Amino acid sequence: MSNVAIRIEDLAKRYRIGTRAGSYKTFREALTGLVQTPWKRLRSIRDARRGEGEDTLWALDGVDLEIPTGEPVAIIGPNGAGKTTLLKILSRITKPTRGRVELHGRVGSLLEVGTGFHPELTGRENIFLNGAILGMRKTEIERKFDQIVAFAEIDRFLDTAVKHYSSGMYVRLAFAVAAHLEPEILLVDEVLAVGDAEFQKKCMGKMDEVGRQGRTVLFVSHNMTAVKALCTKAVLLRDGKVTAQGDTIDVVKQYMSQTSFGGAAERTWRVDNAPGNKIARLLAVRIRDATGEVRADIDSQQPFSIEIDFENLADSALLGTTVVLYNEEGECVLSTLSNNDPVWHGRMRPCGTYRSRCEMPANLFPDGLLFISVFVWGDNYKWGFQESEVATVQIHETAGSARGDFLKQMAGVVRPNCPWSSAPIGRIAQQPEPTRR
Amino acid sequence: MGRNQIRDVQKASASNPQVRVLGPGRDWFTVGLRELVEYHELLYFLVWRDIKVRYKQSVLGAAWAILQPFMMMVVFTIFFNRMAGVGSGDVPYPLFSYAGLLPWTFFAQGLSQSSNSLVGSANLVRKVYFPRVVVPMSSILSGAVDFALAFTVLLAMMGYYGVWPTATIVFLPLFALLAFVASLGVGLWLAALNVEYRDVRYVVPFIVQLWLFVTPVIYPSAPVVAKLENAGLPGWLYGLNPMAGVVEGFRWCLFGGSAPGSILVASTVSALFLMVSGALYFWRVEDTFADVV
Repeated sequence: MSNVAIRIEDLAKRYRIGTRAGSYKTFREALTGLVQTPWKRLRSIRDARRGEGEDTLWALDGVDLEIPTGEPVAIIGPNGAGKTTLLKILSRITKPTRGRVELHGRVGSLLEVGTGFHPELTGRENIFLNGAILGMRKTEIERKFDQIVAFAEIDRFLDTAVKHYSSGMYVRLAFAVAAHLEPEILLVDEVLAVGDAEFQKKCMGKMDEVGRQGRTVLFVSHNMTAVKALCTKAVLLRDGKVTAQGDTIDVVKQYMSQTSFGGAAERTWRVDNAPGNKIARLLAVRIRDATGEVRADIDSQQPFSIEIDFENLADSALLGTTVVLYNEEGECVLSTLSNNDPVWHGRMRPCGTYRSRCEMPANLFPDGLLFISVFVWGDNYKWGFQESEVATVQIHETAGSARGDFLKQMAGVVRPNCPWSSAPIGRIAQQPEPTRR
Repeated sequence: MGRNQIRDVQKASASNPQVRVLGPGRDWFTVGLRELVEYHELLYFLVWRDIKVRYKQSVLGAAWAILQPFMMMVVFTIFFNRMAGVGSGDVPYPLFSYAGLLPWTFFAQGLSQSSNSLVGSANLVRKVYFPRVVVPMSSILSGAVDFALAFTVLLAMMGYYGVWPTATIVFLPLFALLAFVASLGVGLWLAALNVEYRDVRYVVPFIVQLWLFVTPVIYPSAPVVAKLENAGLPGWLYGLNPMAGVVEGFRWCLFGGSAPGSILVASTVSALFLMVSGALYFWRVEDTFADVV
């Protein structure tokens, strides 16, 4: 048995972009196309096939990696760096355009929990169906059935159709099935973004256990806390290339410091690709300084605000938002919910677009970057969705900040201006008046 | 790339089953077949799911499987037999047309279900790996239950008309298999094409409709064969429609008479051709499904 679990050589994957019109036709398009410019059209399709068109994108571009057996490794990087593409190739969903991968052992992938669940089927039925889809044998599912049910904590609802499940139950069941797959190599993509905190902890525990059993975990996540908790090694991907690898702490730090230096003050989504669900969708997140200007570099002595625009798609929904701030180390600095606003919270709203604003007090954050994640949730926290790293704030400390005249490395995730006072409490030696050096 | 890489993949996989090598090349066709065997349980579960879901969601449940061919039979009998005077030889027309509708419905349902199956399972295809061919296959096989249900009605009808099955009924499963092969062949083509060209969705109902009229469901095949032969063409040409052989074969199994010799041979060859070519085309493009669908 070799001690390499995954060996990747010069792996590359090209996607066609913007040629969807050429690859995905409707009848009307085809008709007008035939009438108008048949040859031009055919040629553009042929070019796209050969990858000669301009509209191609290298999602992965020459990745070389060796993942040792039994080690949990994190894949981190900004959106569009190729993390998911890498996992898709490793799990054989898609073929690489170039390169070679060696997989030593059975691969199980958790690309999205609950894939293949059918809402009309019961929990029991879905365990078998989902298990089979993930590549488990029937006997294997039968053997692990009780464990799965116990892990998901759904025994009372085993014979209820999953469409009646709460979202928490649904996710628990889905993760439970996947977690009992027991492959030698487990690929995990951002599954911890779902479920409540309790369950996330449980998932992390399960993944940790998988790692300790000497199996290899490859973990893609935006959650740096989870990455640091679970993985000893990390790989940083950027624009389809490996730009750093090594101990997780170092790689995470490097990633955080490289990411959008100077901040990203605003992120907006088009309606057709806005994150969300049937009830709500996120439209924009913005950072405004004390004067109301949209900007990402903020003086630590000034307050700033985070603005969240969202749309209520279901009449009389109870919506709320949460802001979570992470620092460069990936530590969570704070989280705050719109339930702080009694005027907004707990009241049903008609359909429409809304803006929530969260004020961040002055003199709270140390210098450095703050990464903002946003949740939109509803119906008494029953459901919610998250968008990670939607905006970045660069905090500057200027003269007069809590740092004072101390210019060396200063510890702590917050840096409020704590009032200090010092006075004599006993006898004072007869000395000249202390003077300021 | 290409040949060498494929060989490399085969070699490494063969020398150590624990090691799997992935590359840009396609796996051999036979590798795909072996995997299909490996994933036969998934096929079973997908069929099982389709059946469960279909009957859970509908009020009439299993009755639909019977109702559809039965109503068709009633309409055919009234309009084609009674009014237009289409004959059916020694066999009562309702039995005659129902015996044709049985394999036809299985074929047509399978064809339309499977052609939309990959697009319908896009979420699955994008998120999980498994041999893609189990998707269209399962959607055809799930029609087998409907077929079995509708078959019981046929037996009841035969009892009503006092027609006893001949010994040739033992060959019936073979013709059901042939209908499956034909359905899978066309289904594989259409399912794969549908991923890239959504036109297929609009074309399928049209294909099914036309195909019904060129298949001897409503009318017997004898006059068609006679016309062909009068025109100096060989009668087996009609068998190039694989369903012609299947439907005639069904009737032969149930009611006896002369065996559909040359038509059956032509239908078998054409069904196999459809399946092999469909499977090859499917195999050629399946690697791109996850990217395109």
